[in-house]
Amino acid sequence: MGTPHTGALLAIGTEKGLFLATSTDDRRGWQVSGPHFPMTAVYAVAIDKRRAVPRLLASVASSHYGPSVATSDDLGRTWSEPEQPPVAFPADTGATLERVWQLTPASAAEPDVVYAGSQPSALFRSTDGGASFELVRPLWEHPHRPQWEAGFGGQAIHTVLPDPRDQAALLVAMSTGGVYRSADAGASWAPGNTGIRAYFLPDEWPEFGQCVHKVARDAVDPDRLYAQNHHGVYRSDDAGATWSSIADGLPSDFGFPIAAHPHRSGVIYTFPLVADSRRFPVDDRCRVFRSADAGATWQPLTAGLPQHPYYPAVLRDALTTDDASTAGVYFGTRSGDVFASRDEGDSWQPVATGLPDVLCVRAAVV
Amino acid sequence: MVTLLVPGALRADSGGQARLTVDADGTLRAVLDEVTRRWPRLARRIRDEQGQIRRYVNVYVDGADHRHSGGLDTPVPAGAQVQVIPSVAGG
Repeated sequence: MGTPHTGALLAIGTEKGLFLATSTDDRRGWQVSGPHFPMTAVYAVAIDKRRAVPRLLASVASSHYGPSVATSDDLGRTWSEPEQPPVAFPADTGATLERVWQLTPASAAEPDVVYAGSQPSALFRSTDGGASFELVRPLWEHPHRPQWEAGFGGQAIHTVLPDPRDQAALLVAMSTGGVYRSADAGASWAPGNTGIRAYFLPDEWPEFGQCVHKVARDAVDPDRLYAQNHHGVYRSDDAGATWSSIADGLPSDFGFPIAAHPHRSGVIYTFPLVADSRRFPVDDRCRVFRSADAGATWQPLTAGLPQHPYYPAVLRDALTTDDASTAGVYFGTRSGDVFASRDEGDSWQPVATGLPDVLCVRAAVV
Repeated sequence: MVTLLVPGALRADSGGQARLTVDADGTLRAVLDEVTRRWPRLARRIRDEQGQIRRYVNVYVDGADHRHSGGLDTPVPAGAQVQVIPSVAGG
């Protein structure tokens, strides 16, 4: 990578709109604009850098007027939405889209392919850069689907991970249901949850039904994956076939996000909360935890973060990294505070305070 | 032919128009089907992809809430006024 970073963009999706923060001084200072799409919940944003001018994609859902996906080809100055609904369930399914939870550009080999994960749990695929999407029917018609349950936030596919080596290899994760994988471009799907505990079920080690909160892929080894579960933090070294705990060095195994460094193998970030029954930062302190050895050991990161009693949680897509040569790390909280690190998490500075609940953040050098 | 009154929040999808003349009548479904044909982006704010009026969108036909007068089968005579109003919801 080693992209020269003349500018950086941080997209902040909130419960009441999209905010865009830009930096022109290598991420020292940030200028925030917004809200774009006021009074819509922005559950997912993507910065698609596979085209000459990066395309922004935003999942916008109005509680009155329903969900949509908008795109911008001028870094958020103007947005467009197609006449026809970009993501919609076909009539024969009888289903209706609640919202899009994830927008994921495919690999560079498929520059116009974008995936969308939705509520209810379904995967959609676009071949025109995100203007229109089509339901991936084999996953929708999977025999397990009637047994997928809704988590507190609704039943949704919140993670879509294309394999950078293989266009046919896809991994999705849903709450609840867990991880599913396809090796044939979505034609067939199999669960990949071996080793992930579902403490809330009578059989704690089921084939599927886990509440996986987020999965991230290692920057260097695509077979290496990291998962933050509804209690439990795991690593897979075999592309999701099996998982083993990496939670021992963390103060808690509960949380929502997990993010991987863009270039360095084994470097990952989490934001632990006390427990399912107590969703506050551990010790009431605002701390990101970083591992530099694929989860064997963990280090709390606190420099520049508020250390007085701090209660807001960080949601599953509200922690991310950028693609700068010295990676930036970003997170936003349910109380609308957004923090950025321009040195891989060693130190932090506030980007914004007092925004609506932050649902997602994505960042890139632009 | 009926008149559709468009709320302020949706006028970006009606070409800025507060009132649209819709060349259909008979039932509310027929009127909204014509809205879908002419102004598809506006229509999908009002109805979901299965054709149902969204939960927090209220549609009145000559002042009567469609939910209490036949739903999508609510009669809409020629010259009627169909009004779209967002419900009071949210925080």
